[in-house]
Amino acid sequence: MANKKLKRLDLVFKDEKDTESVLKKTFSRSNADVINDLISSGLKGRGGAGFPTGLKWKLTADAKGDEKYVICNADEGEPGTFKDREILSKVPHKVLAGMAICGRVTGAKKGFIYLRGEYRFLLPGLNEEIEKFHKLLEKLDCRFRVEVFTGSGAYICGEESALFESMEGKRGEPRNKPPFPTTSGYRGKPTVINNVETLAHTYSIFKYGPEKFQDLGVQDSRGSKVFSVSGDTPNPGIYELEFGMTLQKFVDDFGDGDTKAVQVGGASGFCVPRKKFGKTIIGYQGRLQGESLPTGGSMMIFNSSRSMYNVLHNYLDFFVEESCGQCTPCRVGTQQLLLGIEAVKKGERSSSYLDKLLELAETMRVTAKCGLGQSVANSFASIVENFKEEMIY
Amino acid sequence: MEDVKLMVKELADNYGRSEENLLPILQGIVEREKYISEEAMVEVARELDISAAQVYGTATFYSFLETKPTGKYVIRVCKTISCMIKGKNDIIRELENVLRIKMGETTHDNLFSLRETNCLGQCHKGPAMLINDTPYTELTPEKVRKILCDIRNIEFPAN
Repeated sequence: MANKKLKRLDLVFKDEKDTESVLKKTFSRSNADVINDLISSGLKGRGGAGFPTGLKWKLTADAKGDEKYVICNADEGEPGTFKDREILSKVPHKVLAGMAICGRVTGAKKGFIYLRGEYRFLLPGLNEEIEKFHKLLEKLDCRFRVEVFTGSGAYICGEESALFESMEGKRGEPRNKPPFPTTSGYRGKPTVINNVETLAHTYSIFKYGPEKFQDLGVQDSRGSKVFSVSGDTPNPGIYELEFGMTLQKFVDDFGDGDTKAVQVGGASGFCVPRKKFGKTIIGYQGRLQGESLPTGGSMMIFNSSRSMYNVLHNYLDFFVEESCGQCTPCRVGTQQLLLGIEAVKKGERSSSYLDKLLELAETMRVTAKCGLGQSVANSFASIVENFKEEMIY
Repeated sequence: MEDVKLMVKELADNYGRSEENLLPILQGIVEREKYISEEAMVEVARELDISAAQVYGTATFYSFLETKPTGKYVIRVCKTISCMIKGKNDIIRELENVLRIKMGETTHDNLFSLRETNCLGQCHKGPAMLINDTPYTELTPEKVRKILCDIRNIEFPAN
């Protein structure tokens, strides 16, 4: 299927060693110009939630306070996602440059990389890179400094307010919002928190200008995206692709010819069955239910040998363990969903019980405190509704 | 007891004594002792002047902060979806057979502890596992035997 290949891009991983000139160029411009460039580029958060990055920087820059922080969220825990690991091992200098520029325009003097415990093996290389980077900043008379903070194995800490709690020495339990991090983040101070990939993209935007970035993608999903491809595919790995492709094109390129479903966005994302491949567009607006989702480019491919019951069981098992336990809808809901599908499978409950479980999932979407509990319904409903017979028999 | 006191003091000297230093200190204890004892928690609370309940709450929240005695090498096998469909169960069976323990247990010589963990971010190279901080990917039962054998050879060099 050589003719069906999607265009591969090489923006994020391109080996560019001109950090100094990019920083010099950007530091010489006014803060307002830099932020405007970022806003007009259309860059949205690559962790999955898709908040406009330029706006985030602007809000933090406008927030009152002498003490501000820039945090790079490298707590990449979504099942099927591994792009941030690759970015931090191959092009960490781009991420660091993005953080320093962010520090400059927002007035933050201190940056942290929150590195998940599972990626501790990256620490020596990362610290070496930071040391080099600090020397460069000294040369440019910039007082911004970066430090790595390592997590200890908790998916929920990828949620921004749980991450702050964790850095403050507490349990990783999400806070109520508002206030948002831009006014009250780490230590209650205005904080920009960006995904690893987002920061790497800012480097390209400041180097090449916002137009080049805008040229890529569609409508409200500008630029390229790094996808983590795994599951039943002959070519698992990391690919930088343009936003706006249909899932069908993606499957033609990466599937093994027998693709039954694709999980877009990890366990908290949506499971798309074969019949909907043609209608599903990958990008913020084309996301299956319109809303922006907590996904980061995780694409897990399942072929027809896979039991979707086992897939869902695995996800629910994951959520039961990773729910922080703070709010009842999520703590109890995840457990009851798991027990529920087990009961239906064993025949202890009739198939109509699945409708009750769908209602429960919907209740969790409305009532759970943070994105974890709210998004369980995504995978649950998309699997139960599209593969109902597999849940029962 | 004195040892624990000394260790916690050293870590607090190194990282600092504010709440923000709690997680690094707890991680430091795990690095040295492999787990955080209740004694150590109380000591940390004293050093940082916070309640022992807070230290306990934080220590028990994170899956990599062990609070029960643990082997020198903690093996964490990824059980999440991509590794599951690539055969993590075969890997676990092999580990259990070679180490002669069940999932969640520690070998009698206190060398290995076996755990399951959630997504390690190695999904394109499953099945995967971590041994302490080091990831091992694209595992097969043969590879697993070799990895364990190599560690045992380091621990018990043949004269």
